[in-house]
Amino acid sequence: MKSVLAVLTVVAGIIGIWYLACVPMNIKGVLDAAERAGTEVVPATARERRDASALGLVANNSFAISSTWSVDRPRLPAPHQVAVELWQTTVEKKITSKRSLIYHAQVTLSATLFGFALGTGLGILLAVGIVHSRVMDMSVMPWAIVSQTIPIIALAPMIIVVLYSIGVQGLLPKAIIAAYLSFFPVVVGMVKGLRSPDHMQLDLMRTYGATGGQVFWKLRLPSSMPYLFASLKIGIAASLVGAIVGELPTGAVAGLGARLLAGSYYGQTVQIWSALFGAAILAGLLVALLGLIERLLLRRMGVRT
Amino acid sequence: MALVVLALLVWAAGWWVNARLANGQHAHSRAVGLAVPAIFGLTLLLMWELLVRGLQVPMVILPAPSLIAARFAGSLPILWQDFSQTILKGALGGYLIGCCAAVLIAILVDRSDFLRRGLLPVGNFVAALPIVGTAPILVMWFGFDWHSKAAVVVVMVFFPMLVNTVAGLREATEMQRDLMHTYAASYWQALLKLRLPAALPFIFNGLKISTTLALVGAIVAEFFGSPTVGMGFRISTSVGQLALDMVWAEIVVAALAGSLFYGLIALMEASLTFWHPSQRG
Repeated sequence: MKSVLAVLTVVAGIIGIWYLACVPMNIKGVLDAAERAGTEVVPATARERRDASALGLVANNSFAISSTWSVDRPRLPAPHQVAVELWQTTVEKKITSKRSLIYHAQVTLSATLFGFALGTGLGILLAVGIVHSRVMDMSVMPWAIVSQTIPIIALAPMIIVVLYSIGVQGLLPKAIIAAYLSFFPVVVGMVKGLRSPDHMQLDLMRTYGATGGQVFWKLRLPSSMPYLFASLKIGIAASLVGAIVGELPTGAVAGLGARLLAGSYYGQTVQIWSALFGAAILAGLLVALLGLIERLLLRRMGVRT
Repeated sequence: MALVVLALLVWAAGWWVNARLANGQHAHSRAVGLAVPAIFGLTLLLMWELLVRGLQVPMVILPAPSLIAARFAGSLPILWQDFSQTILKGALGGYLIGCCAAVLIAILVDRSDFLRRGLLPVGNFVAALPIVGTAPILVMWFGFDWHSKAAVVVVMVFFPMLVNTVAGLREATEMQRDLMHTYAASYWQALLKLRLPAALPFIFNGLKISTTLALVGAIVAEFFGSPTVGMGFRISTSVGQLALDMVWAEIVVAALAGSLFYGLIALMEASLTFWHPSQRG
């Protein structure tokens, strides 16, 4: 209960700082508009204001503060502007509309989930292979670990364009990027998890006369679950980033990445922020969903938390 | 066709050597531990080369490693320019600012239990979000040059670093703190001599996670606008010109930079946290 209060305080603090930051960020635009509308501002011309410090402008023109929170194309939109835009583009628009954020989120989400499933499946298979074969362990594992230190997302534009040139487009290229981004964390986490039973437990299985398959299904796999879910959470966040970045290079027309790019081309800051928050909410939901599945699964397996 | 068969033979030979090495009597020696992945990597490279040549895969789909190496050697000045723009200025600048800021804020936050309780869940949540998405906003604010890339990197590394440092500062046990108390150590003495050193394994964990994030941030931010230099810029324009050998050369640079950066941090960790069980192994 105390933590909930603390979290709420921190969130409120962040929103407060955000509102404060809007004032110096947007003051110049507001003053330019006010001057054009005939209001008296200090200093009087745009040229003088360009060199003045934002905080000084705020101090001299305190009447303009309230309007910095409702600019049409602000440098930094106020929280409520983003919230209103989010509400309008999710609830008030039809889902099929090209302006609906849900439509764009669903485009990104389908690529993310498809790629995530692919990457996770292959990752688990490879991890099983690594745990059971010494050769694979020694050959593949170092590369899987090294791959986590390099920005493999740099491959994304190339994958999109190469697949496009051989006629594959739409969902699949993005899904491939999402897949390989979630692949390596899952391999590394799953190998760790499948190795987590200690010698005592493995010896016990041996005294029971358990076969290799039985050891895997009854001991190794169940005890790998906490590790698997930890890396699944990292993997799905990486998949989402991959799907979003995958939408950038070809100038895709649909998806959260496309919204970001279009917003940055046309200076629609509110649209960028709402797409950003859309992506954040989506990531939060996906991670929370995995957390829920983890809790249910672990409870079924009899783990007390 | 002969080349394809040769590729399969190379694969079989590489696997056979590795199987012999991995199941042989020296399997636990350091040399074999290094040789096996190296042979595996070489086998893959050779197969790539042979298959691309054998099946005559066009350059616009997958260039052969030899072509990439030739391009790499041939355009070292360009690659160096891109490297210094993206990695040295953008990624490293942002990394230093972001990590230092996060550690300082973590020390401040640690003084208040209430703040710490509130900030940890928020920080954990933010660390899982697709923060690269802030790139278009920050490019709009800070211009096309490396400052905006550094800003993206700051935002990306800040929260993982903050969460790790805050967790690390709780690492010193009650006993140890009491001991410092009986020594009449001031807050700063306890912080510098006990709690920060005890937090180092966590801080280094954050630093290591952040190395990759920093490179990702700096490269991806360039897709949203950059001067005509930089790795992300070069990748996106070369992809547009279908000069895939250049793209691969940049990716090689990114891979080298990433492993080197991570390796440096890991080296520092080994020398500073030599006392920690994970380092004594």
